[in-house]
Formats: sequence, structure tokens, C-alpha cells
Amino acid sequence: MSTLLEVTNLKKHFPLKDSKLFSREKPVLKAVDGISFSIQSGETLGLVGESGCGKSTAGRSILKLINPTEGDIYFKGENISHYRGEKLRKLRKDMQLIFQDPYASLNPRKTIAQTITEPMKIFQLSKEEQYKKLERLLDVVGLRSYHKDRYPHEFSGGQRQRIGIARSLALDPELVICDEPVSALDVSIQAQVINLMEDLQEEFNLTYIFIAHDLSVVHHISDRVAVMYLGEIVEIAEANELYQDPKHPYTQALLSAVPEANPHLEKQRIILKGDLPSPANPPSGCKFHTRCPFAEEICRQEKPELKQVSSNGQMAACHFVREVVS
Amino acid sequence: MHTESPILQVENLHTHFITKAGIVKAVDGVDFDIKPGETLGIVGESGSGKSMTAMSIMGLIPSPPGKIVEGEIRFKGENLLTKTKKQMRNIRGKEISMVFQDPMTSLNPVFTIEKQLIETILAHESFSKNQARSRALELLHLVGIPDPKKRLKNYPHEFSGGMRQRVMIAIALACNPSVLIADEPTTALDVTIQAQILELFKKMQNELNMAIIMITHDLGVVAEVCDRVMVMYAGKPVEYTETNHLFDQGKHPYTLGLMNSIPTINKQKKKLEAIDGVPPDLRSLPKGCSFAPRCKHVMEACLHIDPTLTEVNDHHFVRCLLYEETNSEKVVSP
Repeated sequence: MSTLLEVTNLKKHFPLKDSKLFSREKPVLKAVDGISFSIQSGETLGLVGESGCGKSTAGRSILKLINPTEGDIYFKGENISHYRGEKLRKLRKDMQLIFQDPYASLNPRKTIAQTITEPMKIFQLSKEEQYKKLERLLDVVGLRSYHKDRYPHEFSGGQRQRIGIARSLALDPELVICDEPVSALDVSIQAQVINLMEDLQEEFNLTYIFIAHDLSVVHHISDRVAVMYLGEIVEIAEANELYQDPKHPYTQALLSAVPEANPHLEKQRIILKGDLPSPANPPSGCKFHTRCPFAEEICRQEKPELKQVSSNGQMAACHFVREVVS
Repeated sequence: MHTESPILQVENLHTHFITKAGIVKAVDGVDFDIKPGETLGIVGESGSGKSMTAMSIMGLIPSPPGKIVEGEIRFKGENLLTKTKKQMRNIRGKEISMVFQDPMTSLNPVFTIEKQLIETILAHESFSKNQARSRALELLHLVGIPDPKKRLKNYPHEFSGGMRQRVMIAIALACNPSVLIADEPTTALDVTIQAQILELFKKMQNELNMAIIMITHDLGVVAEVCDRVMVMYAGKPVEYTETNHLFDQGKHPYTLGLMNSIPTINKQKKKLEAIDGVPPDLRSLPKGCSFAPRCKHVMEACLHIDPTLTEVNDHHFVRCLLYEETNSEKVVSP
């Protein structure tokens, strides 16, 4: 397997409007604050965290839908962080996005055929090719050929999400960033779409970045999982390892908070106090110290680095997890 | 455990909406009861009628187009459907109150939290303004909002989602209701906040001996907090039993389908068993069992006969022909 995408020290800071008059310092919101990871071709990386932790911003910065403030993005070995214009447009063919809301992400005035073939038109495929591809795509996402002349309002949420997926696959991308692709769907439909995404990954050798807040769904679909808190990755590991032996107190709390469909389970629940602090004014030192049950003085002052904490590559950023050198 | 008599009984409730495209049977024959201190879960997907059941109890069905065409809702033995609007207003918010799904839109953005709390208190209790104010402070303290004195003066936009939901709960609890209906109270919240809120519900229930109706689509939440569960599909209850029973020996194909289709946090990499198809259009329900077109165990008879809710075990009711056959005298002919 080869590395498809590598992100190093990616930052996205948004300037805040309400800076004080004449003040030199411009306040910024550090939505993503220095994250690094890499993804192998054909792999699924899950990105989890609470709302406001910067997971969607990270996804958008990688696609360069918004320009990152700092950091490098290597796609197939090439640094794409400074791509602009035509070069960027060509690159977009290889990276696609599946959106959360199947109701808002389809143009209500376009038929399904128009929606799915639009990217092909932009990249100037011939009419014939477009037609052939459209039929194929409808088939792989489980829609019928006669659906193509219908409009989005004629479909249910699950079907619309299938249309969105078909559109994102129209140009044979390698990397697909899925931003909460199933969270707007009913439970019974969710499973259909997750299964479809897994089948498509196998068929087209897709690489997924799967952004979601539902930890069970992420566990199911991901090979590796990164946990984000206030713009930083606090833990990253193989999915099974992370879920069985979480090292970072935040990951532990997050996992223990998930209600399980088993009434006999007596769970030791870690209930975090308080809310996520505002990313515009993050706590000093370890950003988690305000809610961490184990926080001590050092956590308030020093920021912990992401370090290896188990022999098979689990990484966590906490002062109290012992570093393991492999 | 709960030996008292039920505080709320819903019998054969039918709530229909008359639309241009036909009659939508949003709630189509729902029966349940709930005792003080008990938590009943109502589970189902969108369109299953779980929220409309709650709205019917609250007397909040928009009419027209909605109408409760049949059934009884008895609260402390009295039928709520025969109450006047004014009588309902006294019950709603005082005796039976509700927490809605979306904490972002259910508070009024132009009034302080204090004002909104006091409004509820003064509407139902003969308190002076000062008494109401101290009650409001007490409530915020109760639901665990830090620095309640200062926070009373804040507007909704100054609160986070979880905090707003706490404020909603404080308003719902303002008059010590005997029944609290929570409609997807944690769906819009993050898991860590969800855990806080569910904990809060449990604590409040212990302290006030409330009956809670928890409406949710999340079987995890059900396993966590509910004593009994009713699973709904297309306006009808399809299974109704104790929570432990449901998870250990759930019987209805839809219940089992739901359980198999959710990924669990412990086990990985088994293909999810999705339920094929989509929920039916409530305006044109299929003949026979509404779940038949999606059911794995569908039989010829399912397409003609609408099964009745049958007791298969002690307090375990299932609406499915598979279980009606065992005691064949109960099979209804079409």
C-alpha cells in the first residue's frame, strides 16, 4: 500500500470580526490547530469529535475548499497546499466530498441525470461516455435507470444520499471525504448507506476520510481513527485498538458516554463536567484540562505532544500516558 | 417495582391528518400506560407516529388538518380529550410537560432565561414575582447550570446546546409535573453532553417521582434509561414490552431488523444487516401488515391480514402473524 495523502501541521485560523479598535493583535479562531496524519491508499480514516472540534474544517481544508492557514498537504507525494486555479481544478477530479444533508446538497431544479453528469460535463467527457457512466453509477448505488429523469423531491433521504454518492464518484476519484454522510438518515436506512459505501470502496479502491460524531458508525467503517478536541488530534490509532484500549482521558470519556443497546451492561461511565470551551479562547496548556478528571498543574501550563504510546503505533497527547518507543 | 396504578393511560388512540392527498393516519391505534416513577420508551423512525402520539397527549395537534378521531387519553383517571382548551392549558406545562428535540429553536431568543422561566411558573402557580424568581434560581441550580444567579439574566444565544437543553428541562420541571414527555431530548447533542442530560433525567425522576415518556430513535438510549419500550412502525405499535425482554427476546422482525442494523461500539467488521426498502407512505399504506414489503419473513397471509397486537408472553405484545399462529384462535380473518 502506498501513502495517498499526508497532512503535516495543518492549521486553519479564522479571523474574528470583533477585534478591538486600534488593537494590533487580531483575534483568531483556531478551528484546526496543527494536525498531522497520513492515509494509505484504500484505507478509511475516521475523524471523530464533538461539534466544534474542527473535524469538518479539517476535511474542507484538505480538499482546499477553504485555504489552510499553515501546513502542507501531500497528495500522491505532491505538495498541493499551494495549488491554485487550473491546477487545483484538475486535482479536484481525484478528491471528492459526500455531504451530510441529502436535502440541501442536491439542486432541486436539476434532474438526477443532470446532477450526476454535471462533473463529467465540466471535465468534458463525451455525451456517450456520460450516458454510459450515468447508467453504471445509478446501478452501483442501487438506483434504477428510470430514476434519472426525476427531481430530488421525488426521492427519500436515503435515496438522495445515494444520488450524492453517485455524483461524487462520477469522475473516479481516489479520495472521498465523507462529512457526516449518514447522520441525517433513519437508523434502518443508515445501515443500507454504510453497506453501500463499503461495497463501493472495495469495487473502486476508494480511500475514505469518514467524518462523524457517531462513534459506533465510525468504529464500524474505519481502519484507523483520529479523535479531535478543539482543533487538535488528541489520539490516533487502529480502530480496534482505540476502541478497546483508549489511552487519552478524552477518548475514554467519549467512548464511555456512548449508550449501548444492551440493558444488562453496567457501564463505568466517565461523565465530563461542563461543555466544550470556545475555540476562540481555548484553555492554556492541554486544551482538555478544564474537563479532564485527572488534570494536574502541569496540564494547565504545558501542552502535551502527540507521542507514541503503544508498540503498534497508537499515538496520544497526554502528559500522563507513558511513551513507548517501538 | 411500580405497584401504583397508572398515572397516564392511552387507549386505542387514532390521530389522523386530513390532507389534499388523502388521510394520513399518523397515529393508528396506540395503547399504553405509565406509572409514576416509570420511564417508557417510544422508539421508531421518522414518520412512525412517535412524536404525534406525544403531541396528542399534550393536546397540541394542529387542528385542522389534524384530528384525534378515536381513543381516550386518561390522566389521573380523567379523559383529556373531553377537556376544554382552558382546562388543557392548566394541565399542559403543570401536570404534563414536554421537552423538545431542538434546544436551539425552542427558546425565545428575545427574552432572558429568567423571564421565560418565570412566565411558566406564574402561568400555573399563585406565586409572587419574587417567589417565582427564587423558584427560577432553584430550578437552574437543580438542572446543574453553574453560576445560576448570573445565568438567569442571560439570553438563549449565550448558552451552549447542552446548557439550553438544561434550561428547557428546567422550564419543563418548573411546576413539578407528574408526567414528562421528552421528544428526542438528546438527539441534537454531542455524546458527552447526552450522557450528562440522561443522568440529569434519572436524577430528576428519582427526586420528583415523575413518569417519563422518552421518545427516541436510539436503541442505546432506550437500553440506558427505559423500563418499558414500545416500538412503533407506520403509526402502529409493533412491539411493547419490558426493556430487558425487548433486547433479550425481541420478536417482531422490525425490532430485530433495527437491532441488527445498528453498529455496536464493541464489535467490528461484520456487515450490517440493513432493512431493505423504505418506510411506507402513510397516505397509501399497503394492505395487510405495513411492514410486510420490507420484512424478511413475509408470508402470503401478511399481504392480506393486518395482524393484531398479541400477548406472546407476560406483558410482551407483538404485532406479527408469525406469533399469532401459535394461538390460532386469535387469528383474525380478513
